Amino acid sequence: MSELPYEIVIGLEVHVQLKTNTKLFCRCSTAFGSPPNTQTCPVCLGMPGSLPVMNKKAYFLGMKTALALHCGIPKFTKWDRKNYFYPDLPKGYQTSQFDLPMSEEGYLDIKSTKDEFEPRRVRIIRAHLEEDAGKSIHDEAAGKADSRIDLNRTGTPLLEIVSYPDMRSAAEAKAYMQELRLLLTYLDVSDCNMQEGSLRCDANVNLHITTDDGVIATPIVEIKNMNSFRSVERGINYEAKRQYDVWQETGKVLGELPKQTRGWDDSAQVTRSQREKEESADYRYFPCPDLIPVVVTDEQIDEVRHEIGDLPAALRDRLESEYDLTTYTADVIVNQGLGFVEYYLELAAASGDNKLAGNWVQGEVLRILNDLEIGISDFGVSAAALAELLKLIQAGDLDSSKAKDVFTVMLESGKSAAAVVEDLGIEKVDESALEDLCRLLVERNQRIVDDVKNGNEKAVGALIGQAKKENPNVNPGQVRQICLDIINSL
Amino acid sequence: MSLTRQDVEKVALLARLKFDDEGLDKMTSHMVQIVEYVDKLSELNTDDVEPMAHALDVFNALAEDEPRASLPREEALRNAPKNDDEYFRVPAVLGE
Amino acid sequence: MSIIQKTATEQLALLQAGELTSVELTQAYLDRIEQVDGSIGAFLRVESDSALQQAATIDAKRSAGDSLGKLAGLPVAIKDILCTKDTPTTCGSRMLEHFQPPYNATAVEKLLSADAVILGRTNMDEFAMGSSTENSAYQTTQNPWDITRIPGGSSGGAAACVAADMAPLSLGTDTGGSIRQPAALCGCVGLKPTYGRVSRYGLIAFASSLDQIGPLARTVDDTALLLEVLAGYDPLDSTSVNRETPAYSQTVHQPLEGLTLGVVEQHFSEGIDAEVATSVQQAIQVYQSLGATIKSIEMPHADYGIATYYIIAPCEASSNLARYDGAHYGYRTDQAEVLAELAEDGSDEGPLVRMYRKTRSEGFGSEVQRRIMLGTYALSEGYYEAFYLKALKVRRLIRQDYDRAFEQVDLIIGPVTANPAFAKGEKTSDPMAMYLEDLYTVTANLAGVAGISLPCGFTSAGLPVGLQLQSAPFEEEKLLRAAQMYQSATDFHSRRPELS
Ligand SMILES: [Zn+2]
Repeated sequence: MSELPYEIVIGLEVHVQLKTNTKLFCRCSTAFGSPPNTQTCPVCLGMPGSLPVMNKKAYFLGMKTALALHCGIPKFTKWDRKNYFYPDLPKGYQTSQFDLPMSEEGYLDIKSTKDEFEPRRVRIIRAHLEEDAGKSIHDEAAGKADSRIDLNRTGTPLLEIVSYPDMRSAAEAKAYMQELRLLLTYLDVSDCNMQEGSLRCDANVNLHITTDDGVIATPIVEIKNMNSFRSVERGINYEAKRQYDVWQETGKVLGELPKQTRGWDDSAQVTRSQREKEESADYRYFPCPDLIPVVVTDEQIDEVRHEIGDLPAALRDRLESEYDLTTYTADVIVNQGLGFVEYYLELAAASGDNKLAGNWVQGEVLRILNDLEIGISDFGVSAAALAELLKLIQAGDLDSSKAKDVFTVMLESGKSAAAVVEDLGIEKVDESALEDLCRLLVERNQRIVDDVKNGNEKAVGALIGQAKKENPNVNPGQVRQICLDIINSL
Repeated sequence: MSLTRQDVEKVALLARLKFDDEGLDKMTSHMVQIVEYVDKLSELNTDDVEPMAHALDVFNALAEDEPRASLPREEALRNAPKNDDEYFRVPAVLGE
Repeated sequence: MSIIQKTATEQLALLQAGELTSVELTQAYLDRIEQVDGSIGAFLRVESDSALQQAATIDAKRSAGDSLGKLAGLPVAIKDILCTKDTPTTCGSRMLEHFQPPYNATAVEKLLSADAVILGRTNMDEFAMGSSTENSAYQTTQNPWDITRIPGGSSGGAAACVAADMAPLSLGTDTGGSIRQPAALCGCVGLKPTYGRVSRYGLIAFASSLDQIGPLARTVDDTALLLEVLAGYDPLDSTSVNRETPAYSQTVHQPLEGLTLGVVEQHFSEGIDAEVATSVQQAIQVYQSLGATIKSIEMPHADYGIATYYIIAPCEASSNLARYDGAHYGYRTDQAEVLAELAEDGSDEGPLVRMYRKTRSEGFGSEVQRRIMLGTYALSEGYYEAFYLKALKVRRLIRQDYDRAFEQVDLIIGPVTANPAFAKGEKTSDPMAMYLEDLYTVTANLAGVAGISLPCGFTSAGLPVGLQLQSAPFEEEKLLRAAQMYQSATDFHSRRPELS
């Protein structure tokens, strides 16, 4: 990466929609996709006289996430108002947390399996609760037609997770987002659906450019609207290049320009200035007088801590050290989610072969899940049933290609491995019969014998094909080994 | 702390209010007068005083996460100055 | 003696005894309103039809022997700041001229479930900002004792309608004195409960950390009766406090033994009207004659009350009133005019921002705009610490003054206002003079303590003077019993204004 004339400095603000039934301050449903303005009440419409009451579950889901991010949980936290006018914000302020957030100072470790960057610990400044805004729909002919406002989403609970500017490339930012999403999935605190907006990301980006006069920093730009992992990566890379060009043109450095907000336009693949957001940059935060502070005890914090199960980083380590899997395989398994890991662990235990189990879940099982576009919970072959198949492989009763055939039938029929083997007429070939067959084939194929003797072991493959024609049940591995032994003894 | 007409104009934009020339003059003079008065708080030393945002020391008003019925849409939209039976309508928000 | 001259407690007894129907009582008040409100202007809207209907329903329930609520059949007037489902609720503002809330305020729900009859909506300063009810967008209200004078505010209509016998009971709200000051100037009783005692759900917010709903009535026992219905924990208001509501109306007649009252000397120093001071001092002597001990106490930060209040209240208001932007409900300026204007002045302001600014400048009156401006300024970058944060700290000091005082005394006794009702228009062009009206009342709101105003005399011009008692948080029972002791020993509360 060092060929770039600059270093990119990135901090991310991630908004996570918490998995609650109701909104943060009223008891309207948070379900996605309802007809516009059907999930509102006096509170989330910001009607005169209405008052907010904090959702208990949202607070504890927030705490669970913060603890998993190694954040500290202050005993006292309060709510503040962030004042600005926008039609998707019916109260004229967003209820958020300013100086005393519910959690602070944590971290998330990221690493690349493709060696795109060195492992890095990204520090977390804080994670705080706030309410979401509604949705504004703008017509194409800006300035002419009305904007339409849907307030169903208004008041949905969000956890905003703010990182330090610790990332140094778009790939790191993308990896951070992916690792965070995985963590949230393991915690079961969010649906993490980026299309539906339940996981959103804003990036603060600037450059450190080495010049003859030392290192200079460009003005910080906040990029909004990056709604996929790919757009996080592309948006940041675009913005870095843009900032470099602007710096070459203007020479403006950090402090000489106010912080700018730009939106990522995914269809045009550019960032665009969002001027109207900057005009009202004085948010006049102050404590919300309608909400009272929350005070938690050590016991409550411990209780939440105990609810947290296995998390991705720890599981990866365990799969590598205890199960002897490669970093890559452990990563693939853990990245599929907790259900997938549990499937693997059960398979490994039942089959008694950690490596073989690892290869099978990472290979066949994952391939089929991807083909069918389903999750492990909907997968038709249980870990116990698959373990029976793996045992047949270990016993040498099935070669891997036969085993795949059996697996396919198991998936379609729901039958056990043994039953499918029988149905397919796969029988174990008698050892002496197999040796007789191999001896016959060697005798018939002097050229192959010569090739092998001349060092071309691969030539023996042709004999496997012939053996299969004679008896479809032979194990190719065995045929190969026996033929080689015979040839070498000649 | 002197408050100028320009300051007042800036505050008016923040507050989404608009004054004509005369209104701005009047607002400025009233605000100057009031700000001068309230500035008497600076006589007090409050270095070791905890700010008091709420009248009472009560904590933890938390509600269970159980859905209640929302308003029917026609109720939600009924008071809107402009709506199309589905959405609230407002003048265009300019993107650029 | 006409039925409307009786107290609510007396009327209730007659209703319960079957000697009076709610329809008769309601009709008597409607007739009175018809007769005198033309000159007083206490009501923004009189809801005759629905009131008579409610009254008839309650009468029917009574004759059927059904169980009835604590206010069964009594008419109550409501300050037009409490949301009432599917009924206009204007808050005295043009901004909410056609607004009909889709829900009831908790206080309104409580009245309805107590089988009260809602008579109509009373006038008020716009968004409760004012001390004279001259800031209403709709009308002024005249003081029943002298119609050239103001009734006080912001609950001016609420006080005037009780004083002029147009309602036996009414609901007001008090953010800096808005119940107690008009009660004092109109010669009735008004109580601001402890912050958190009465739910604010459905009370259109002015300054959320100071607002409280409270009762106005002619007598202390009537006030106790209404407070008993209003008070109580509400899970819809995070700032409402979960405490048992005492049976105020049952205990109000029990005198307090060994009562100690605190007097703040500064209250009687410069600025106070001599006749007002005399009346209040005589009231203190009445208490002495009733066996109370009078103790001089210090409230060293009381003088900073107005300054503290006029930072905190506008700051909260600037945010609370941001929702009135013409987008989702309430007034919106003419959209075509916005576009035409923009085309003409070539401003780079977008149509939305211009719509907001025009809507708010047209929809709010000048006092409301002034407070929004002040609050916006005091919260803005560079001023937050000097103003808002500083005010929160002084607020703590004021609260500590109260805490120390209530370690020494049961209640604090003193004036409600420095002067009797002033002439209409006298202070409209001088905001600071108007703000100083709240001198003796704002500190209770800042500290969150309870306060009551009760009639304690008349000036030579025949204007009522109010006496204020303040108690520690949640000591309303003590407040009411002490007030009742005074009322039993005096007759200022029974004098009525002459109205044609
Ligand atoms: Zn809602």
